[in-house]
Amino acid sequence: MANALDPHAAIVVQASAATPAPLTTADGQPLTRALARSQRVARRRAFMLVLPLLAFILVTFALPIGQMLGRSVHNDGYSANMSRMAAWFAANPPGTEREEAAFEALARDISDAAAARTIGIVGTRINYDVPGTRSLFTSSGRQLRELPDPPFRKAMVEINPQWDNDRLWVAMRSASTAVTGNFYLAAVDRTRNEDGAVMRVAENQRVYLMLFWRTFMLSLLITGLTFVLGFPIAHLLATLPTRRSNLLMILVLLPFWTSLLVRTTAWIVLLQQQGVVNDILVWLGVIGNGQRLQMIYNQTGTIVAMTHILLPFMVLPLYSVMRTINPSYVRAARSLGATSWTAFRRVYFPQTLPGFGAGALLVFILAVGYYITPALVGGSSGQLISNMIAVHMTDTLNWSLAAALAALLLAGVLALYWIYDRLVGIDNLKLG
Amino acid sequence: MALPTYASPLERVWHYTYLVICFAIFFFLIAPIIVIIPLSFNAEPYFTFTPKMRALDPDGFSLRWYDNLLTFGMAQPDYPRDANWWADVWRNSKWVNAAKNSFIIGVFATIIATVLGTLAALGLSRPEMPARRAIMAILISPMIVPLIITATGMFFFYSNPCAPLAWIGLEPACGRLAGTYLGVILAHATLGVPFVIITVTATLVGFDRSLSRAAASLGANPRTTFFKVIMPLILPGVISGALFAFVTSFDEVVAVLFIAGPDQQTIPRQMWNGIREQISPAILAVATLLVFFSIALLTVVELLRRRGERLRGVTPS
Repeated sequence: MANALDPHAAIVVQASAATPAPLTTADGQPLTRALARSQRVARRRAFMLVLPLLAFILVTFALPIGQMLGRSVHNDGYSANMSRMAAWFAANPPGTEREEAAFEALARDISDAAAARTIGIVGTRINYDVPGTRSLFTSSGRQLRELPDPPFRKAMVEINPQWDNDRLWVAMRSASTAVTGNFYLAAVDRTRNEDGAVMRVAENQRVYLMLFWRTFMLSLLITGLTFVLGFPIAHLLATLPTRRSNLLMILVLLPFWTSLLVRTTAWIVLLQQQGVVNDILVWLGVIGNGQRLQMIYNQTGTIVAMTHILLPFMVLPLYSVMRTINPSYVRAARSLGATSWTAFRRVYFPQTLPGFGAGALLVFILAVGYYITPALVGGSSGQLISNMIAVHMTDTLNWSLAAALAALLLAGVLALYWIYDRLVGIDNLKLG
Repeated sequence: MALPTYASPLERVWHYTYLVICFAIFFFLIAPIIVIIPLSFNAEPYFTFTPKMRALDPDGFSLRWYDNLLTFGMAQPDYPRDANWWADVWRNSKWVNAAKNSFIIGVFATIIATVLGTLAALGLSRPEMPARRAIMAILISPMIVPLIITATGMFFFYSNPCAPLAWIGLEPACGRLAGTYLGVILAHATLGVPFVIITVTATLVGFDRSLSRAAASLGANPRTTFFKVIMPLILPGVISGALFAFVTSFDEVVAVLFIAGPDQQTIPRQMWNGIREQISPAILAVATLLVFFSIALLTVVELLRRRGERLRGVTPS
């Protein structure tokens, strides 16, 4: 169909006078349809170029992360191996008296699980909620190869009095369904009491919220430090003549290209008690030989090393924005009577804010998820939430809790990423 | 930055203070990297300048830590240094093996990331590309998502890559990817992709699309257009993207920690062990070699950037 708003179409329509025929291509198709088809083909061609990589990333990156996050709400270590207990818990609401039938189910399930060699998995699952119970399951499993004579309650308590413990039964009830939100509760220092109500865990076990808070505060501090350090040198680089600024730029780019582990090692060497910085301070007489400062393997180490490592990510966006700022604005401000401070504050600085936004968001996003540097130089006070995820992955093997912590961290990072895309645009991400 | 002639004395003082501050920040950036270089020649197993080193006494310096890199892990480190000794180094030295692994994994991961990434960047820079923003966000995300989360996810997935097929009712048996070269290569290719996308799309921003139309009008088919017209122009961007991807792989340790087996120990992994267990100046020797390696890479990337800008007619910065 000829488009009435299209000036060319209008001309053609007028030229063909009395019989306004729709515009067609050489082979007689309506023009709009031909155009739509060719655009469709172009879109498909463009998409086909991206498709292999998109598929690759979805399979090797998005799918594994999704699968891992599934573990944060799904753990069938107990429910799949203790079917009778799962059925008993399903049939009896919380608060039901544990009667003989429950203990019979327990004894038979443990006996079967021991025979199937899955008792360790069951014990591990309960151990997440009640520390120290894994051995209770495995040792009872060994004794229950032969089912005891009824009454089962008495028999189980004889094997281990722990079996009549309220806390254990609460844990077994919550583990009796595979899908659970309890790992998220644990990830924010919450647990369920005997009645199933959510409550905070004991004071000495509250670690995760503190770690999230520390990660947030340290990332904020590091972002602030990179800005304070990055602003002057970005400004210098942007205002120097090209040749000299290119030379100085190498001083920013070389750390950027140097291995993370090399830079972390360098800070260990510098900040150790027997390291270079302490040596210089002792030599200068600032501190005595006996008062060497502890600057590494604690929070200071994490802050210093991460500020150094992330500084180029602040300098580069600031620099690329500052280079586009026209110096005549500041000159105009000065000629109109502004002091150099006022000209900087009211005219120059506001123009650098896009660079600040880009740099600060990028540094903050990278800092929140940092793992290697805190692990190597952080000691215990400089550990971040990433390090706790690694601990649950490799040491305690509480993978569901690791997944829940990872999900919370990921949600935060993706929110920041979304803001970054809105404010800065991913297209504007520049490297070197 | 020159001081204007009308600057007041106070402004002059501030200007020089500012230059000193900048100098101090540059010092903070570069000093840690420079200081490890002389320390790696320490004759003593310390991380500090010994009195002999401060006096520039030749006895205070040695190549023993570089030698240590070769001999660490060897079967017969004390044998005479003939061809057999070097064969022993090549086979058994832990650092030499780590370097071999780093290069093998890095090269293959770079090839995958560069080929797929360049194709995708070409698609993403076409104006017709549908859902451009969302797809770009997905493709860049491996750089943004914390490595520990990526590595954790890959740890589960690579131990049993067929597990997700069970959701759609299939249960094929397949091997593990964790603990294999292929697994680490795929993981590193994933992590390198964002860098290729960013550098190549940046190159394509200045690309004049009428060139490819001109080629087509002169009778070139899309393949010829790509290899004869587009590729030579974007090649500098592609190569610097590839170098970024290589460095990402070469420097990556978290994914290696989680999915590599004992046969895929890379240089960063070996350094991680060294730093966590018994940190010796041998680590500084590796670090020094890596610093020179990064200087070489940085030089190549800078030359490529300038050449690319010249080729595309962008005013060099």
